Amino acid sequence: MLYVIVGIVVGVLLVGAVLGLVLAPSRRRAGAIEAPPPAPPPPVDVDEVLEQQTVEPAPVVEAPPAPPEPEVERPEPSAGRLVRLRGRLAGSQSTLGRGLFTLLSRDTIDEDVWEEVEDTLLTSDIGLAATNDIVAALREQVRVMGARTGDQVRTMLRETLLVAVGRDTDRALHTAAHDGHPAVVLVVGVNGTGKTTTCGKLARVVIGDGGTVLLGAADTFRAAAADQLSTWAERVGAAVVRGPEGADPASVAFDAVHDGMERGVDTVIIDTAGRLHTKTGLMDELGKVKRVVERQAPVDEVLLVLDATTGQNGLVQARVFAEVVDVTGIVLTKLDGTAKGGIVIAVQRELGVPVKLVGLGEGPDDLALFDPELFVDALLP
Amino acid sequence: MFDTLSDRLESVFTSLRGKGRLSDADIDATAREIRIALLEADVALPVVREFIAAIKERARGAAVSQALNPAQQVIKIVNEELVEILGGETRPLTYAKTAPTVVLLAGLQGAGKTTLAGKLARWLKQQRHAPLLVAADLQRPNAVDQLKVVGGQAGVDVFAPEPGNTGSRPDGDGVGDPVAVARSAIEHARRMGHDIVVVDTAGRLGIDAEMMAQAVAIRDAVAPDETLFVVDAMIGQDAVTTAEAFRDGVGFTGVVLTKLDGDARGGAALSVAKVTGRPIMFASTGEKLADFDVFHPERMASRILGMGDMLTLIEHAERTFEADEAERMAEKMLGGGELTLEDFLEQMMMVRRMGPIGNLLGMLPGMGQMKEAIAQIDDRDLDRIAAIIRSMTPAERHDPKILNGSRRLRIAKGSGTTVMEVNRLVDRFFDARKMMKQMTGGLAGPRRSSSRKGKKSGSKRGRGPARAIAPGAALPPEMQQSLGLPPGMKLPPGLAPDLSNLKLPGAD
Repeated sequence: MLYVIVGIVVGVLLVGAVLGLVLAPSRRRAGAIEAPPPAPPPPVDVDEVLEQQTVEPAPVVEAPPAPPEPEVERPEPSAGRLVRLRGRLAGSQSTLGRGLFTLLSRDTIDEDVWEEVEDTLLTSDIGLAATNDIVAALREQVRVMGARTGDQVRTMLRETLLVAVGRDTDRALHTAAHDGHPAVVLVVGVNGTGKTTTCGKLARVVIGDGGTVLLGAADTFRAAAADQLSTWAERVGAAVVRGPEGADPASVAFDAVHDGMERGVDTVIIDTAGRLHTKTGLMDELGKVKRVVERQAPVDEVLLVLDATTGQNGLVQARVFAEVVDVTGIVLTKLDGTAKGGIVIAVQRELGVPVKLVGLGEGPDDLALFDPELFVDALLP
Repeated sequence: MFDTLSDRLESVFTSLRGKGRLSDADIDATAREIRIALLEADVALPVVREFIAAIKERARGAAVSQALNPAQQVIKIVNEELVEILGGETRPLTYAKTAPTVVLLAGLQGAGKTTLAGKLARWLKQQRHAPLLVAADLQRPNAVDQLKVVGGQAGVDVFAPEPGNTGSRPDGDGVGDPVAVARSAIEHARRMGHDIVVVDTAGRLGIDAEMMAQAVAIRDAVAPDETLFVVDAMIGQDAVTTAEAFRDGVGFTGVVLTKLDGDARGGAALSVAKVTGRPIMFASTGEKLADFDVFHPERMASRILGMGDMLTLIEHAERTFEADEAERMAEKMLGGGELTLEDFLEQMMMVRRMGPIGNLLGMLPGMGQMKEAIAQIDDRDLDRIAAIIRSMTPAERHDPKILNGSRRLRIAKGSGTTVMEVNRLVDRFFDARKMMKQMTGGLAGPRRSSSRKGKKSGSKRGRGPARAIAPGAALPPEMQQSLGLPPGMKLPPGLAPDLSNLKLPGAD
């Protein structure tokens, strides 16, 4: 038995060795010299070729732009949403802000208290490095301050948290048409974070603010994803461009932008299939979607959708997605639960990618523009 | 910055190697590193605390072992603790005495319930059951459609009397009663002769009292034999809160871990199992319906520790090959005869049948550090290699040494590649063959004492790999570079002790 097992292992290794060896250099080379196309070109290469000659419109089933029926809703504008939703945030996050406040308001702060402070931050998924930074900053201020009143502690915490969340970062969401192009928003993320829902809600944000939207259903992989997106679009009368299931997402995205330009909409929002950042092939596909879209109009926003429950893996996700498609902002969803979404602090700290939108509920208008000051104030008592 | 829990633990243990015994200071330092590693792996803080306390306790109390060096001792303790928390034995599904058995799925939004329902149904079907999928997620737009599609892919009947949320009300109010659907599903299953009912429910937050009450209502309506809590392997510290909320809310009997194919470190598995005391029963490891398996605590633990996942590899092999085929493969590899390109081609095709080569390599011990190199491997490249070899004459395949310039040009033309690629393949093949010979030579010899091996690999940073591994079992340095192997990587000679740790059937 052992003999057979070892044999199999050695076999796997042998193949891996020859493969790794043969291909590692050729891949390095591929950057400089065009690798010769393999004899029977695999399907992806066909796509690649297609891409090089302007992408041909794939058979696109197009939902008619819903005529302005009476049932089309008028979503509320984005301004002031966070104020309305603040309550949900405060409810779920009380342990973070309030816990810290209580701890730091104590008369004497000894090592045990500092450990509790650290624990509070850690259990919010803020991550070890960012936690150490925040604790160091707080320690410094406490030492300088000496005796503290409640107000002073509050101000100190507010400042420290604001720095951690990133106060001065540009969080403007670029959804206005410019230079004759619609603004193109690409929504990306791993599976199950709520990309399609975010697309739907984002469309409502733009429409609520008086814009027009076209949705591109480039998630051609997950069953019924395009239907889900159409459902969202129908309600607000947005047009949807979709391809058949299994179609090349890049071609659907291309058509969506193309259509958007013809119709003269303000914003084209492209929903992509969820993909784990570890799947190299799928990440390449995503890079291609962006490249293809950019042939017509620049991509103004690449929004990475992160689930607030995500732990430290969120940082890896953000890093990989940023490498592939240059993420411009983060949408933090499901923040109305018990999850604290502290991972965005680590992401902001490491990659400088700001949170631009937060999802605070299942309601269609529960997606709000992120405002650090409001956010931090909601955390504190 | 370490990438995985096993990387970090490995670095801790590297510093422990070479020490005769563990001092209190060593234990504290190790515990600190393990704490950081576990926190970065998203293990919940309370669980980390307990875990560390247990490790410290055991490390202090452990008698100085003659057989194991300190690093191995700690690894052993950590491994045992991990397995214990993860649930020890794998628990099979509980089936009802009278059909149908009801399995209820619950979890947060986006945990992967609907996809998992399809995978579970497919798996059950393979186990010769007749499952019925029930669409009780009427909340999320088009969740019912998704379940129908997934059910179709799995070849399983789907019971979906309500269309669910299809547009008129995306907020999900008043789109039908999931409790009624679930209740009538049982009747339907009985009538249609399904022996297992898998109920997919809407995603819900732990603090959403209304939705939790709905889940309880569904549970009471169908009286499930198993309630499975579906949780994303990427979940962070919130895992504990959420798991507790579901345990106290709807109550679950088992856990399913999804999205394990990512690089999340799986700390959630530890947290949930530890906090709720419920076993993790299944794991889902990919987007395809077939990427689903029973959860194996020992394997998860050895994965966390970077000990590879040999058992899964062997199971793959068993499932793919007939016994004599595997035997023949082993014979070729280890039999001592000169390996020809023909053998290699056959070998490659057999390995390929076992699944994506990257996954297979990832299951080998010591491969944790080269995940990136492995991720680069594309299975289509196998086709290109096969094309090159198939463009050779039998004589050339038998003895690649006869390949001269004009033969190589012909082969390149025949396979649609370049002479450079042919050259590279031939060179690497010779290198690999040399390596195999050395490795198998090493295996034939007596098993090396593991402590000696440990010390060696610990002290050889940056030196020739030939000495990092047992003598005569070296990778050519060039190969090491192009594979991105870290110095001191263990290869099969080092495999022997790892294998023995894994309680192979019949291996000891």
